[in-house]
Amino acid sequence: MSDLSLTILLASVLATAAPLIIAALGETITEKVGVINLSLDGSLLLAAMVAFMVAYESGSFTLGFGAAALTGAVIALMIGVFGIYLGQLQVAVGFALTLMCKDLAYFLGNPYSRLQGPQLVAQPIPGLADLPFFGPLLFQQPLVVHLSLLLIPLVWWYFYRTGRGLELRAVGENPEAAYTRGIDPRRKQLFYTLVGGALVGIAGAAFSLGIKPGWGRPQGIEGLGWIALAIVIFGGWHPLKVALGALLFAFLQVVGITLQSLWPSVPAQVFQVAPFPLMILALLLVNLLQREGVQQWLRHRPGLALLVRQLQGRPPRALGQSFRPD
Amino acid sequence: MPNLRQHLTDTLLILAIVLAFTALLLAIVGASPIEAFGHLFKGSFGSWSKFSRVLNVWIPLTLCSLGLLYAFRSGLWNIGVEGQMVLGAIGAAGVLRWGVDSGNPLLMLTLALLAGMLLAALWALLAGWLKTRGGVHEIFAGLGLNFVSMGIILWLIFGPWKRPGIASMSGTEPFPAALWFPTLEGWRVSPFALALTVLAIIITARVLNHSRFGLNLKAVGHNPRAVSLYGLSPQFYLLIGIIISGALAGLAGGLQVSGIYHRLIPAISSGYGYLGLLVVMLANFRLLPIPFIALFFAALNVGSIQLPMMMQLDSSLSGVIQGACVLSALLVFGLRKLKRGRNP
Repeated sequence: MSDLSLTILLASVLATAAPLIIAALGETITEKVGVINLSLDGSLLLAAMVAFMVAYESGSFTLGFGAAALTGAVIALMIGVFGIYLGQLQVAVGFALTLMCKDLAYFLGNPYSRLQGPQLVAQPIPGLADLPFFGPLLFQQPLVVHLSLLLIPLVWWYFYRTGRGLELRAVGENPEAAYTRGIDPRRKQLFYTLVGGALVGIAGAAFSLGIKPGWGRPQGIEGLGWIALAIVIFGGWHPLKVALGALLFAFLQVVGITLQSLWPSVPAQVFQVAPFPLMILALLLVNLLQREGVQQWLRHRPGLALLVRQLQGRPPRALGQSFRPD
Repeated sequence: MPNLRQHLTDTLLILAIVLAFTALLLAIVGASPIEAFGHLFKGSFGSWSKFSRVLNVWIPLTLCSLGLLYAFRSGLWNIGVEGQMVLGAIGAAGVLRWGVDSGNPLLMLTLALLAGMLLAALWALLAGWLKTRGGVHEIFAGLGLNFVSMGIILWLIFGPWKRPGIASMSGTEPFPAALWFPTLEGWRVSPFALALTVLAIIITARVLNHSRFGLNLKAVGHNPRAVSLYGLSPQFYLLIGIIISGALAGLAGGLQVSGIYHRLIPAISSGYGYLGLLVVMLANFRLLPIPFIALFFAALNVGSIQLPMMMQLDSSLSGVIQGACVLSALLVFGLRKLKRGRNP
């Protein structure tokens, strides 16, 4: 019996984490090439609305996901053009986009509020779904869960095992050097910003068509874009650790829902803000671990030092700065 | 003066882009743009009572924007201004609750505003410390603290400060009329709050542009390494900048409690902190345009209340227009920068 509930717990962690993993990996790609897309909170919401609207009208999930990916890419295009080519502060563009996309989603989505719409259901995969433990965990899940899990090794492989991935990282670290090697940093940055944005759009669709089905105001995913941005920092811009961060967050969220029932007098909204102080503490911890004193203390504790080294990550050197060819 | 002409062309260009974009959006949802713009205008400037409502939004929005200017000068993105406003409201409400039977309303109101400013300044200091001591980027520190402040205000309204009998989203028990921020007969907006805001604008202009402190603040924002050569501590100025930012947001929050709602409600900050960030960006980080842009944005907020009633449209159109203003401004300013770069 306890085995079964553990499986259910882990299965719901995987489902909760799926859109977050996709969004955070998309942002990892964007930031790895040196661009900050701060619009995640708004773009997730707008993409979720567009996905629901298109799937509702057309009855096609493919069109819904496609439209959402396009939405995310168009928003990323604005970050790219304004930030990379016009030299505006990427943070400023991203913040304005976040607020505007959120209101745009509420404005355009108003007629689709609280409608019963299409919803991706878990598809048991014949043959594999009946496996003990792994069956319910992996093979009775909606397709977006598989997508999110496949994306993790794929992004890692692209970053660290392909020539294009090397170029991507080179541009994020040192665009001037990449430029002298014959790479156009701005074109690379624009391209990967679009890819990252499209993934964020798909994550939005994963919410409204699967994990948190439907559309309404509030949609219930407000704030998660900021969490995804923080997870990228927490994961040290490394795809595997970023995905781990998203899974950890999803785990805390699922456990939190269970804990909530222990204090029925405290309103649910108070529990909903719990991730945010955790986010601050996590970022604080990542930073404090790099202090000289802490490092010295760790030198005598090799086991712990190994663990800490895994937690550390450095932002791409050119993150947020616009490259200017002379 | 070519500079003035350039500002004017830029402004007209931005307005033209926003107008075209908004008209397109309205056409997409099948609404008449003319009708919608008419409702936005009539809903905000159509009568004295509506205009006074606009002023009631203008006051906190201008205060938050002014505060943000101090933080921006020192190079900080004080995104936490929203939560600082909430803490200001909590501080003011706390004093008013405590002073209900004091018999000295004027003293209590003064104390309430001061307490709000103090609490908000401390909350801002926390974000500043996380940045300077903890290395947490101020955008994430501020944003996280915003959500935490939402948790605190909800906990207060549903917990220790709940209405006798039933706790609800409608807020705490209203304060007695003696503890309302003073207003004049027939005015829906407090002239004293207006005067405070105008005073804050004048002081900010003096401090930022004509004082040694303002100069140092700007120097820190421009080049934190160089200023330490002159014996200035960048960290000190960063923290002072964000504290002033928080105090002004706290004043806004305190005025919301004592002058508008006369109680604590969950949505006491109404998103004016985030909106203030847009105001300052649209003003291109300069002081002079801020009061006018804040008035325009306040009018949009109040005017859009008409849209759901009259045209079955969502009132979030105002937010779309405000965001579009900032984005087209970034586009126009960016194109100008590009042009200047090509033929210097």
